[in-house]
Parts: sequence; C-alpha cells; structure tokens
Amino acid sequence: MSVLVNKDSKVIVQGFTGSEGSFHAGQMIEYGTNVVGGVTPGKGGQDHLGKPVYNTVEDAVKATGADVSIIFVPPAFAADAILEAADAGIKVIVTITEGIPVNDMVRVKKYIDQLDCTMIGPNCPGIITAGEAKIGIMPGFIFNPGRIGIVSKSGTLTYEAVDQITKAGMGQSTAIGIGGDPIIGTTTLEAIQLFMDDPETDGIVMIGEIGGDLEVKAARWIKEHGTKPVVGFIAGETAPKGRTMGHAGAIVSGEEESAQAKKKIMRECGIHVVDSPAQIGAKMSELIA
Amino acid sequence: MNIHEYQGKSILKSFGVAIQEGIVADTAEEASAAAKKLQEETGTGWFVVKAQIHAGGRGKGTVTETGSHGVVLAKSLEEVPEKVNGILGGHLVTAQTSAEGKKVNKVLIAQDVYYPGDSDPEEYYMSVLLDRASGKHIIMYSPDGGMDIEAVAEKTPERIFKEEIDPLLGLQGFQARRVAFNLGLSGKAFKDMTKFVFALYKAYLGCDATMFEINPVLKTSDDRIMAVDSKVSLDGNALFRHKDYAAMRDKTEEDPTEVEADEAGLSYVKLDGNVGCMVNGAGLAMATMDIIKLSGGSPANFLDVGGTADAARVEKAFRIILKDPSVKAILVNIFGGIVRCDRVAQGVVDAYKNIGDIPVPIIVRLQGTNAKEAKALIEESGLEVHSVILLQEAADKVKEVIGA
Repeated sequence: MSVLVNKDSKVIVQGFTGSEGSFHAGQMIEYGTNVVGGVTPGKGGQDHLGKPVYNTVEDAVKATGADVSIIFVPPAFAADAILEAADAGIKVIVTITEGIPVNDMVRVKKYIDQLDCTMIGPNCPGIITAGEAKIGIMPGFIFNPGRIGIVSKSGTLTYEAVDQITKAGMGQSTAIGIGGDPIIGTTTLEAIQLFMDDPETDGIVMIGEIGGDLEVKAARWIKEHGTKPVVGFIAGETAPKGRTMGHAGAIVSGEEESAQAKKKIMRECGIHVVDSPAQIGAKMSELIA
Repeated sequence: MNIHEYQGKSILKSFGVAIQEGIVADTAEEASAAAKKLQEETGTGWFVVKAQIHAGGRGKGTVTETGSHGVVLAKSLEEVPEKVNGILGGHLVTAQTSAEGKKVNKVLIAQDVYYPGDSDPEEYYMSVLLDRASGKHIIMYSPDGGMDIEAVAEKTPERIFKEEIDPLLGLQGFQARRVAFNLGLSGKAFKDMTKFVFALYKAYLGCDATMFEINPVLKTSDDRIMAVDSKVSLDGNALFRHKDYAAMRDKTEEDPTEVEADEAGLSYVKLDGNVGCMVNGAGLAMATMDIIKLSGGSPANFLDVGGTADAARVEKAFRIILKDPSVKAILVNIFGGIVRCDRVAQGVVDAYKNIGDIPVPIIVRLQGTNAKEAKALIEESGLEVHSVILLQEAADKVKEVIGA
C-alpha cells in the first residue's frame, strides 16, 4: 500500500535531458523506481539513460501509461510544465523546481484543485516510498522500509528525521516533502490524512516551520480525527519576525505564524512536539515501542 | 524585494493608477528644479518633501542631525531647499528603523493634494496581498486611512474590509463597487474609486508584486481618488521577467554583509547572537539555530550554503560569519545526501588553511554520505576543529565550547 506512490507507479521525468533531470533520474532508476521515460520538447524520439524521450507529456502518457511525473524544469517554465502534466492526465505531479513566481503558483493551484490530481511541491525534495519508488532528490540509502510516515516542508530536515527513525531501529512507509513555498500543492493536512488512512503506517512525523497556517490546520484535524501517534517539530523558534529564512514561505507575518504559537496549538491537539530536532527519532521510538 | 515610494508610484502610474505626482531628487538644487517643474505641470503652490527610505512611519520620524521630520511641507518654491536640507543626507529614525536610523539619499518632491475645495479631503487605507490560507489575492481596505493599520485592526476590526479575488476569474465589477460603497463614496468619487481599484489590482498582478500598501488613498476636495503613498514589495522570483524592476533594487538599504552573501549565492540573515552557523538547507538551518538556543547559546546568523557545499562556498561562508565580532563559536551542520560529506570536510580543512587564523572554536557535524570518512579527514588534519556525527552530539559540543 503506502501513500500516493509505490513500485507500480509509472514515472516520467519532465526536464529529462537537462543536467538536474539527468542526474536525479539516474539516481531514481538506480533506487529501483519504475521510470518509463522522460519529456524534453524537441528531443522526442531519442533515448536517454536507456529510456525513451518524448516531445510532450501527452505523447509520453499515450506511449507508456505514465501516471506520475517529476518536474525539473527551470522556474520560468515550471508552471507551464505542471499544467501540461495535469492536462495529459498525470495523477501525481511532483515539482522539485525552486523559485517559481508565487503568482504562477496561485493560478496553477486553483486550476489543479478542480482536477483529480495531486500536486506535490514546488520547492520540495519529492516523495519516496521506502524500498519501492523514489520520486525526488533525497538520498535513497538513508531510508529503510518500515511503518513511519513523514511529512515535511524541508529537505535536509526530512533527511535528518529519516536518519533518526532508521537509527532508532524503525523504518519509513512514505516520506513526503511538501515544500517550503507560500503556495504548495499537497498541504500538511492532506499528507496527514493520507497517512492516517494508510494501513501500512503506524506513526507519523510532522515537520513544519515558521510562516503560514498549514501545521495549525493539520493539528486541529488531528485533534478531532487522529488515530495514530504524531511527533511534531517546528523549525524557526529563533527566527526574527518579518524576515524570510531561506524558504520563500518561511516568514513570520503575524504572531500565530511563529514557531512558539504553532507548537502550543499542536501540543493542545495531542501532537508529541519536540523542541529539539535531535529528539525526533527518540520520541517516536518511545511512542511506537 | 522592497522598493522606494517614488519607484512604486512610477509602477502604479504605468498601469493607470492615479497618484500624487512627484519628482525624485538627489540634491537641494535638483529638488528646486523639480519643484519648479511640478508647479508648471500641476499648478501646485505647496510642495511635500518626502524622505525616500525603506521604512514606514517617516512623517512622525525625526532626522537625527536636524530634528526635521521625514515628511515636511514647503509652502513656496523658496522654502524647498531649506526643507530638503533638513532631510537629505541625514539619518531618519522612525518606529520601523534601528536607533541609528536610515541615511536619506533621495527625497521625493510631491504636489500638494490636500488643497481646499467643495468637500473635505478624506484618507483611506488599501493593500493588496496574498492570503496564504485561501491561496487567493485579497484587497484589504479601511475608511480609516493615514494611520497605523495595525492599531485600527486592534481597536476597530469591523472597520477593516477584505475582498477575496478568484485567481482564475480575476477582480469583478461588483467587488470594486463593494469597495467603493464600503468606503462611503458616491458620485464622481465612487466612479473614480472603482477605476482606482481595478487599476491597482492590474498593477499588482502585472508587476508580480507580493504586496501593495497604499496608505493613504486620498479622496481630494474635488472628488478625485489617488495614491498618496506607496509601499511596494516585488516577488524576487519573478524579476527574470521584469528587468526594469530588478534595476530598482537599492542595495544601500540592505545589510552590506547580506548583500555580499547574496552575491556569492549564499542565503544569509544576520542575527544578534554569539554562535555562528553554516548549514545546507533552509529548514535544517532554522533547526540548527534552535539547537544553538537550546544549548545555551544564541544564533548569530541564518546561513544556508545550498546544495553544493564545495570548498569555495564553505570558505566564503566562513569569511562572512567571521565578520561578525560577536561570534564566539561556529557550528557547521551538513546533512550529506547527494553532497558527499568528505568533500565538505575537505572544504572545511582547505578554508581553514586559506583563512589562516580562525580565532573561534569550530564544531563540524557531518552526517549522511561518507560521514565517517569525513570525520577521519578532519581529525587527521590536526586542525582545532571538533568533529561530531549526531545532531545531539553537536548540541552538547556547542554547550561545552561556549561554557553555557
């Protein structure tokens, strides 16, 4: 089972022949992901990394039956690439690209919301179902198939959590990097709902950061509907108000967007919040043992 | 990216938004010439001299050197140079600046728009921004303009209105009319306001802004609607399609070290603590700052070295962190995924040797790909670098070296 993607997912890579796309597609194939081809306009008909290249996502879907796409297209063209994937009927669209204008994403998100389609990202490390499919840029070797689901806004902080979970003798079902932009496809809440419904997930790690209200919305839902233990961490307790901290969405615009406020609400909703990111694995170990 | 009032107004005007006209000046002579030109073009007899800095509260703010406010009125052409000299070149301290204030390099000479007439002038508040929760742009407005909107929100929240705009449909006529009705307008002012709102939203989208704040929007005594001030923030990620706006960046308004870091491709924010840090990834960087705090220190900066932490970048990052004299220790925290830890370790060793004498203890935590090789490399280098692997070990080490 797991969430959104598994060994049967048929994956195409948009921006396949570019340097980023090539490198990470290679890594994905090495991990065992079922990459069925890629798209680079103008290079249709060629072979790349032993897989066929198509001019359009539509051609790729027709020829391969692909249902998942990962996008490595530069920011200026990324919104168009997402819409092309959605138009071709792709069900899970993972956008790695960082630096897409926020206005582009506002329009794209509203459009995608009307379709039967899940968008992950942008500005994210992607999604991985341990041992089955890696659709992203995360280092595959730190993952260990298991029963903990992870949702996170940050890349390297996800790796940190994964590594602690693995070292604590557990493993991961699926890890979803939802991204650090102000407008993202899959929200913290949506990821949490998927994990709560997944029979192969026993516990959930939820990693957030300052800015926005995604963690608060997820926490309120968990209070009413949660059935599995959730360990939470919010990065940026020491971040100053009004400054953007690396991620475009990591900015405290109001009191309720601070790490302190989010953690307080998460605790009130029954989430096991750790103040130190070094304690994520230990806390989950305590709850699952 | 923030821009000055005069630049924001030029963008507004280019999209057909009515503005208080003005001309920017670098010197008192230029200001006099600007005032004369403005008089010819608009017929104004009085002139508003406005300091151009990236901070609000200019009208109530004070120039340290002269005692002048940051926005003053000159009631004749002759008064202009004297008023300008009270502001230009001085340091303006406002509620939004530091205690030293911001140096004023430019002033805007603007027409007087509060002239008497058939009705009293009225001031409103209006902003356009993204509401992250709904994923929609909103127009936020209030009949209580010209004052601190946060105070209005606190005391009389019912006097703040919001209009949510569907990103696919755009602003609708009934919405613009609702804005004008809620502001209590009728007749020519009503019509002018609906036009103003449409033009403002078009400008907001057209220039890829992340925020417009127009405070005040003025209804003149002859029922015209115009922007008297403009606070505009543009989406840095969209500047590739607006080369002309990209050129509006005023680096003198930014922290020089942050500018230097930015030019080196490092994401750096200066803070006022005693432990510097260098991390790959924004989330882990914030988490590392939090760890420093939990260990009894206080973070001196946010620094994301990005995905390619090679020797040159590591060295640059060290140099930037070391510019801050309050730094008593540096924590390097890298989770190597695609990046190999031994390469980063080599970068640390090379940087250390190139910089020469680094006067503060360095703790290097390298985890992930080739972490063990990295630790060995650092230990064999003979440098005074503490090498750890687990995040908790890094936290304990910080505590130890700063003696907390």
